[in-house]
Amino acid sequence: MKYTEEHEWLSIEGNIVTVGITEHAAEQLGDVVFVELPEIGDDVSKDDSICVIESVKAASDILAPLDGKIVEINNAIVETPSLVNEDPSEGAWFFKIEVSDMSPTDEYMDEAAYLSFIK
Amino acid sequence: MSDLLRTPLYELHVSNGGKMVPFAGYEMPVQYQSGVLKEHLHCRKSVGLFDVSHMGQVLIKGKNFLDVARELETLMPISITQLSKGRQRYGFLTNVSGGIIDDLMLSNRGDHVYMVVNAACKNIDVPHIIKNVRNLEVELLEDRSLLALQGPLAKNILLKFNKSIKEMRFMDIATVTILGAECWVSRSGYTGEDGFEISLPSNLAVEFSKSLLEFEEVQLIGLGARDSLRLEAGLCLYGHDIDAETSPIEAGLLWAIQKSRREEGIDSGGFPGEERIFDEIRNGPTKKRIGIKPLGRAPMREGTILYSDAEGSNEIGKITSGGFGPTFDGPLSMGYIEVKYSTEETQIFGAVRDKLLPAVIVSLPFVNKNFKR
Repeated sequence: MKYTEEHEWLSIEGNIVTVGITEHAAEQLGDVVFVELPEIGDDVSKDDSICVIESVKAASDILAPLDGKIVEINNAIVETPSLVNEDPSEGAWFFKIEVSDMSPTDEYMDEAAYLSFIK
Repeated sequence: MSDLLRTPLYELHVSNGGKMVPFAGYEMPVQYQSGVLKEHLHCRKSVGLFDVSHMGQVLIKGKNFLDVARELETLMPISITQLSKGRQRYGFLTNVSGGIIDDLMLSNRGDHVYMVVNAACKNIDVPHIIKNVRNLEVELLEDRSLLALQGPLAKNILLKFNKSIKEMRFMDIATVTILGAECWVSRSGYTGEDGFEISLPSNLAVEFSKSLLEFEEVQLIGLGARDSLRLEAGLCLYGHDIDAETSPIEAGLLWAIQKSRREEGIDSGGFPGEERIFDEIRNGPTKKRIGIKPLGRAPMREGTILYSDAEGSNEIGKITSGGFGPTFDGPLSMGYIEVKYSTEETQIFGAVRDKLLPAVIVSLPFVNKNFKR
């Protein structure tokens, strides 16, 4: 598992990367009431804003952590946004990207580094 | 946050998991551990305890009540002379352009007026009043705290401290002894629920709050839920839904201007901004405050520009408060719109992240009020 400074987690299996937000991020956002996801087939570039999360407090963007193509999205969190608060690290994943160049992930943090980052 | 003030309940907030944020010069809890959504729903079904000690509590004294009332009527379009003893009323100070300097609650306390004003405005209101009255003593109280106990079970809880509150109706105010101290209790609030606001000596604030929290029905509620509760109730937030530019008529607050202060009334006029306010009562304002229900699930927040058409060629208004209503179970907003688009069920469009999303005009409030009149 890798983590970004934008509080996203990346689970890497071959050339498919599943992306969600961390428990810490979900807690900071507060109760999530709206999620907008990209569409399957979208070509995205690293740091593009591709999702919107609205909590009771404010709106936030989720950035694409890598270049690639969206191959799957989690409609469950669109239908039930509160899943993002209940199960951020697993069930409430946001999207899966097919990635050709995995090298930027080397710069992302491992769990220990992320935990000290949020301290 | 070193320049920020703290209320006497600061430590209690922190020890209850309060997430402290700067608000109107104070460090205040925006939420506690359970979060805005649950706090909101708890208040609607049980009892919420709010620390509103940051608000300004003002005593205005003169020769007698009538004397005070007459002078204050020169600063606002509200009938104070006809406010009965032991009754509270919503009002607002107006400026010469007919805008709102602040909105407030004022009450007849027998021989004087007691006012509760917005935290962010208290250091403007008090000098403004002092400058514009002649023989009154105006005091911003520094040694009293203010708690709000709101929700359908609030009465049951407060009854355990003093039975005399049983007789109080909505907008009554009385002196009530609680834990041996003189408290000023009004049956009012800012949530749309039945409830009370309790002014008490600050040295008793922690003890009384802890006694209230011993009841499992009572839960601390932060500013986040306070905002969503008042928004659902269609109540204005000063500095957002009303300000020095907006008139009470545009804001839909004509109901708060008693007939006696209107053009044909027995105590007509004599307040700042009379010309504009009377003109707008006669001819109607050009824009007015309305409720807006987005048709999708995305909230339309403060600052969202409103259009009459899906292409965004005709700008017709702007959202002044918006978010998500936990009881309403959907996004909801308030804003100002040109009068010709203000009819209920008119479809409009709000610009959210470069998209024009549909919404409809709805009547306020979003949820029914639960007052004990």
